[in-house]
Amino acid sequence: MIFATVGTQLPFDRLLLALDTWAALHLEVPVIAQTGQSSKTYTHLQTCAHLDQRAFADTFAAARVVVAHAGMGTILTALDLGKPLILMPRRADLGEHRNDHQQDTAAEMAQLSNVTVVQSSAALCVALDRALAAPRAVGDVPVAAEPKALIEAVRSFIWTGLTPEVRP
Amino acid sequence: MITMTAPFTARKAARRADNTPRPPCVLAVASGGGHWVQLMRLRPAFAGAEVHFATVDRSVAGAVAPAPVHVYPDANKDTPLRLVFAALKLALIVLRVRPDVVVSTGAAGGYLAIRFARLIGARTMFIDSIANARDLSVSARLAQKAADLVLSQWPAVARATGAAYRGAVL
Repeated sequence: MIFATVGTQLPFDRLLLALDTWAALHLEVPVIAQTGQSSKTYTHLQTCAHLDQRAFADTFAAARVVVAHAGMGTILTALDLGKPLILMPRRADLGEHRNDHQQDTAAEMAQLSNVTVVQSSAALCVALDRALAAPRAVGDVPVAAEPKALIEAVRSFIWTGLTPEVRP
Repeated sequence: MITMTAPFTARKAARRADNTPRPPCVLAVASGGGHWVQLMRLRPAFAGAEVHFATVDRSVAGAVAPAPVHVYPDANKDTPLRLVFAALKLALIVLRVRPDVVVSTGAAGGYLAIRFARLIGARTMFIDSIANARDLSVSARLAQKAADLVLSQWPAVARATGAAYRGAVL
């Protein structure tokens, strides 16, 4: 099963249309999509505007590959679960977001071994085919470690108002 | 760099008749999606404190139980009317919880909570999302005028904007 999520705030029809096209050519692969604000209908996707936290976590965990906008919630969840992730960052010039910070996020996250960044519908389809052809990862995908320095800074701020300096 | 605010103990003592020591009350604020996921990654930092959460999605309550969850409308600068409702709701939440410390991982709601919490003397911290890899978010820039401490999760962004760097959720 492929799980797609484009967040809940803004529509991202470019991604969903590309995925719907791909799904039409791969009827044997179920595709579940959290479509957020999209008003379009997608014949070959099982869509849901908004999944609650538990349904989101369950669907995410069950997915073979996750396709998403470059939202940090999705990226961090994929790292925690060691899930192959295809990111298509939203573009402000197409009205897909208020600004281009998803392009910045995607550029930084592209170095993670489980992340593939695509910019076009065609590239998304290629990346999906490739991800499904790859052997199922067993334990070789990075799982994000506990962010010790930042946790210590927050804890210290709460109890003392001081935060120790951290070397980048 | 060291940030210092008035110790919360004095304020707490004034508010409570008895002087028994108690853990700080923390209001942790995050909008949905990535903001919430980043807040959850920082949860170990709240150990030992009395923590309340404020967010936009009631369905997260199970994940943080038994900590209380307060809900405010999801809003941003493109939804001004909802932003007003969010501000009113967050003002109520802050008044009800009366936190000693507010910690937010964004976005607009976190900034608003910090603005209100400052009025009752809380210590406040805004952690900009790791998604903002090249520049601070609008909320973080606004928070720089209101919060005791604003963090970027990117050293270069921190250097360029006057925010502090204290690590990242990744």
